[in-house]
Amino acid sequence: MSLEFQAVVKRSGADTLIYETSFALAATGFNMLLGETNAGKTTLIKMMAGLDRPTSGRILFKGEDVTKLPTQKRRISLVHQFFVNYGHMSVYDNIASPLRVARMRDADVKRRVGEAAELLRLEPFLRRRPGELSGGQQQRTALARAIVKDSELVLLDEPLANLDYKLREELREELPRLFAGRGAAVVYATSEPTEALMLGGHTATVSKGRVTQFGPTSDLYRSPDDLETARVFSDPPINVAPVVKRGHEIHLGNAAHWAAAGTIAGAPDGDYMVGVRPHFVTPVPHGDASAPLTGKVLITELSGSESTAHFEIADRAWVSHSHGIHPFRVGEEHDFHIDTTGCIYFHADGRRVMV
Amino acid sequence: MRARLPTVALILYIVFLMLPIYWLVAMSFKTTNEILGGFTLFPQVWTLENYLTILTDPTWYWGYINSIIYVTLNTVLAIAVALPAAYAFSRYRFLGDKHLFFWLLTNRMAPPAVFALPFFQLYSAIGLFDTHIAVALAHCLFNIPLAVWILEGFMSGVPKELDETAYVDGYSFPHFFTRIFLPNISSGVGVAAFFCFMFSWVEMLLAKTLTAVEAKPIVATMTRTASTAGYDLGLLAAAGVLTIIPGAIVIYFVRNYIARGFALGRV
Repeated sequence: MSLEFQAVVKRSGADTLIYETSFALAATGFNMLLGETNAGKTTLIKMMAGLDRPTSGRILFKGEDVTKLPTQKRRISLVHQFFVNYGHMSVYDNIASPLRVARMRDADVKRRVGEAAELLRLEPFLRRRPGELSGGQQQRTALARAIVKDSELVLLDEPLANLDYKLREELREELPRLFAGRGAAVVYATSEPTEALMLGGHTATVSKGRVTQFGPTSDLYRSPDDLETARVFSDPPINVAPVVKRGHEIHLGNAAHWAAAGTIAGAPDGDYMVGVRPHFVTPVPHGDASAPLTGKVLITELSGSESTAHFEIADRAWVSHSHGIHPFRVGEEHDFHIDTTGCIYFHADGRRVMV
Repeated sequence: MRARLPTVALILYIVFLMLPIYWLVAMSFKTTNEILGGFTLFPQVWTLENYLTILTDPTWYWGYINSIIYVTLNTVLAIAVALPAAYAFSRYRFLGDKHLFFWLLTNRMAPPAVFALPFFQLYSAIGLFDTHIAVALAHCLFNIPLAVWILEGFMSGVPKELDETAYVDGYSFPHFFTRIFLPNISSGVGVAAFFCFMFSWVEMLLAKTLTAVEAKPIVATMTRTASTAGYDLGLLAAAGVLTIIPGAIVIYFVRNYIARGFALGRV
């Protein structure tokens, strides 16, 4: 365990930014912090960096209490969402600056800056100022400065959010390679569930100042502990509706019903919430476990080979996301099918129904 | 041909602006007799007598030296005090910070004459009367708020993330402030220093009240000469020209940054 939060709370005046939180990051690889804007991701990162102190609780780094250790003495790197570089220095000096502050010998500085620049394909720009580079190259400079130190903890606060789509894709593909074999724990804050899935590793879902769950990314996606985690980790947003279990059947109001299967089969009768990711709600039936239902189409988005439809059942908005182009007509009733194998059931208080 | 009217208007405007300065320069090369004798557009007899007098007579050139000493002192003091103050205003929130910031500015709203008497009494009591530091300190009353106001604007334009990045890279605060932060707001420091210089250079009332002989500024020398030795107008004109020059030199160096100061709404 490289970094551990023990009952950390952060308040600012009357506001609680982070409610009591405990987790231990995976020692290597990517640790994703997934949550909406203002969920508390940056506050968590600032506490990890030592730029902000927790109001109470402890932060351990390799078993050592670093709660009050100043930023300068922590062996960390940080890349912000905005492209932050030292504008009055050349790209070379920017990348070299953490090494020079640490009084490394010039020959070593040169070698390590050269390696970092090569890895990030910055060699042609070393003599320029960051301000003369494109956004992507500026962020590459910031990343180079972060990896040149070889720190054990690398904090990336939405590093790709301000880049154009194409540059973002390109840099995202490179990121795992940059940190592979360095033995560093990478903390990566993002608001995009797809980004968390692509970079893999572990994920902590953050919502309204709480870390709702932490674990291997695919586990969190497939079996979230609670409704909030499922909500955070779904794009387009997960469909949530109240259902009633009666015997071996699940009833979604009068709109649909299907056979109870999986963990819900063993649960007592009563009221539950169901969460269905949009790609399990399709205009065409999916095997035997499909439950048909009809809704009024509100909005449709067709993007190349995929269709997204927002529709309404009993005043509740639903989203369907499917492959292929489907002829939805806005304002008209359309048939959809829930693939009930994709249903996740929750208790009224949000906890997932467990065996 | 369409450009003719604007061109003519522009030329007229520049002539209008330059005329008094031209007249001053022309007068400085005339003899006093010629100035009093009639109206001439060019000096009939060119003379450097006026400039020679100023540059050789200690009572004259010490006026310049005194002015430059206290203006420089004041500029250095004001910037040195304003830098940390502006950093605090731009980076931290503390009790009453907004009120304090506004109150600083209100110091600029009182005319200097208001402070002339208390300053005179205070400095006389502690033996600072007629020293350069007295004038420099008195001018700080106006220049520190101004410098804080200007610098705060420039500092707030630098994202807080830059500070954080530097700490993460291992920079200590003093190291960060001098090596990373100051270069980023160098134009702001230039603009603030320029305005401190300018206000201190042109301010006459306090400078005159707080000095007698040792630290007498050039503006005071000019008025006194006019009353004791009759009206030596050529000499006065030459002194005026020499008074404009330092300001012109300073403004040349910061001309590009002042526009940014205006854009920030801080000048």
